[in-house]
Amino acid sequence: MSNMNNTSVSQRSAQNGSLPFWKNQHTRRVIGDVVSHIFLAIMAVIWLLPIVWVVLESFNKNTAPYQETFFPREYTLDNYIQLFTERDVMNFPRMFMNTLIVAIFVCLISLFFVLAVAFCMSRLRFRGRRTFMNIALILGMFPSIMAVIAIYFILKAFGLTSGALVLVALIVVYSAGSGAGFYVMKGYMDTIPKSLDEAAYLDGCTTWQVFTMIIIPICKPMIVYQAIVGFLAPWLDFVMAKVIARTQDNFTVALGLWQMLQKEYINQWYARFAAGAVCVSIPIAILFIIMQRYYEESMSGSVKG
Amino acid sequence: MTTAIAKTPRRVRKRATDPDGLQPSPYSTAKAWRNGDVITRLSFFIFGLGNLLRKQIIKGLIFLAVEIGAIAYLATSGEQYLLKLPSLGSAEQTKVKVDGFWVYQAGDNSVQILLYGVMAIFVIILLVIVATLSGRSAYKAQSVIAEGDKPVSIFKDVRSLTNHNAHVGLMFLPTLGIVIFTILPLVFMISMAFTSYDQNHVVLFDWVGLKNFGAIFSSTGEVNAGLFISVLIWTLVWAFFATFLNFFFGMFMAMIINRKTTHFKGFWRACFSMSIAVPQFVSLLVMHTMLQRDGAINRLLMGWGLIDGPLPFLTDATWARVTVIIINLWVGIPYTIMQITGILQNVPAELYEAAELDGASWWQRFTNVTMPYIFFVMTPYLITTFTGNVNNFNVIYLLTNGSPTPVGASAGKTDLLITWLYKLTVDRSNYNLGAVIGIMTFVVLSVVALITYRNSGSYKNEEGFR
Repeated sequence: MSNMNNTSVSQRSAQNGSLPFWKNQHTRRVIGDVVSHIFLAIMAVIWLLPIVWVVLESFNKNTAPYQETFFPREYTLDNYIQLFTERDVMNFPRMFMNTLIVAIFVCLISLFFVLAVAFCMSRLRFRGRRTFMNIALILGMFPSIMAVIAIYFILKAFGLTSGALVLVALIVVYSAGSGAGFYVMKGYMDTIPKSLDEAAYLDGCTTWQVFTMIIIPICKPMIVYQAIVGFLAPWLDFVMAKVIARTQDNFTVALGLWQMLQKEYINQWYARFAAGAVCVSIPIAILFIIMQRYYEESMSGSVKG
Repeated sequence: MTTAIAKTPRRVRKRATDPDGLQPSPYSTAKAWRNGDVITRLSFFIFGLGNLLRKQIIKGLIFLAVEIGAIAYLATSGEQYLLKLPSLGSAEQTKVKVDGFWVYQAGDNSVQILLYGVMAIFVIILLVIVATLSGRSAYKAQSVIAEGDKPVSIFKDVRSLTNHNAHVGLMFLPTLGIVIFTILPLVFMISMAFTSYDQNHVVLFDWVGLKNFGAIFSSTGEVNAGLFISVLIWTLVWAFFATFLNFFFGMFMAMIINRKTTHFKGFWRACFSMSIAVPQFVSLLVMHTMLQRDGAINRLLMGWGLIDGPLPFLTDATWARVTVIIINLWVGIPYTIMQITGILQNVPAELYEAAELDGASWWQRFTNVTMPYIFFVMTPYLITTFTGNVNNFNVIYLLTNGSPTPVGASAGKTDLLITWLYKLTVDRSNYNLGAVIGIMTFVVLSVVALITYRNSGSYKNEEGFR
């Protein structure tokens, strides 16, 4: 509607004005609008096409990866049914549960670690604080892949590499080092006015009370962001999982999906891979929609006014 | 703020003034040693002695228990590995005839010796740290008694963990996690760079000094100067394009969406955010199959009659490199749009109003207001993205796996340092060379990033926005 209004206004002014049309503000704005909307539409198609393709592929009757046409010809629900019922070759529901358990624990532990470290780095002043921040920076420069093998040996030394303990190992590995990733949270806490803490200390609050009753409630948007990041890590990582989980019982979803694309499976499993991918994407998409709301809030600073 | 804390410092600072403006502790290690009485000085060797004699029984017992535990570990299992650490073991597996049967006797395992040796060294460092803590604690008790007060009870000490010493309580577990699962593995891997742990020495290997670093600068071999330089250059080129193309295209699109007259802003943002919801490895694996010779994209283009034969997306070196960068744009731009949208909404409106009053054109407002603001906020982000791209394992490994690989070479044309490292260690078991590549990656990154980061506003002036 407003688009049409714009055009009519610009037409009127073009008729009335004596300027050539390319110097007319309204005409230029309309052209700009049209061009940018077309541009956005093309870009949106490019971004959505692969996703639409995965969704349609998950209903494909042909299970092999290659076919004559771009989109599938015949559609069926069998892929989803098989994915959840045929458990002897690859136990997708089990993998899903594994990942869910790991993700919940990692989310809680890493959230606490990040909050604790960020609070100490941002609100407290003590000796060794700068040293800790510099060490965290330097550690971030080492390629993480480098330590994967060593972490496996260490877990082996602790006896965490067999049976159900592998899940414990995964939880430990994903959450143990998370304290070093405090920078984003610290940056957010840095924007909270110091006077809030000072007022609380004057009223007799302990540091722990300031942490739990003042800082944490203010950081809520960032906490949601951090919690989702922690929750997503086990769903997305497959390098670490591949080294640690060596038997199919302990596979996470990422490993299972990766396995489906290996040479011996791909021809039977490609459509089911797509179905699995859709199943994984749905919870992530929901979380992401929640996150985006909080994320935009958190970008606009902690305390207003 | 209550920063006049008693037993905080974990290490002695030579500098008298701390950058945060803290006073040096009145109970530092040096002072404890200099001014302490016999009991205090003895506490450096018999942990907790000073506390035990000065009625801080529980605290003293904890110190003592730590000492006994650590020494017991070192005496029972740590010692043998420590002693073998210089040689990394030499006993090979042997066969012995016991009651007429051949029985294998396990020889030395160098990996195990190295790992447990490094762990034992960590325990020794822990012991030294606890020694200073014990000495300082004893000195504190001594001076409190000298002033005529009662020594602090254990309950007060525990309660101070929620108040004056909150950082000790809060940081303990995260730091422990970082030490065990980040620093320990790194030290272990770095030390591998100085050994001969490769596919020919899987069980027993030796220290070889800097020989592996020499391999990088040699002209032949699995890892050689030519290959290393070409991988390094491609890594830097990739990281540069991946970071800055992402940034500028993302900014461009965010600004188009953010134009005043653009309709359905939420819809466009949702379109681009959809690709974040699909796990990265899924979309990358799908792209991988779509871009194959017989993949969906080639079929689509051939079906439209745009091309006669399949395009070599991932099989020709130049094509593959460009494809990888473009696919990375697809992966990365939605994140940039999200970031920049947030920042754009935060640009102080007064700046624009002032600029408009001064008669600035759209372009002038963009270059003089928007860009400086975005750069100011985004510099740390750009640096971390650059670092992240140098270490961007997923995109390369899942999309091309480094191919096309020339026959006989250990790295392909699209291999980054990090995927090369992965191939050398996981696929080829050349742990020493992998570790060397890892260290070189670190050197490159720290040169690029540390300088820029230390000069960035958010590091220098962290309280600037309070």
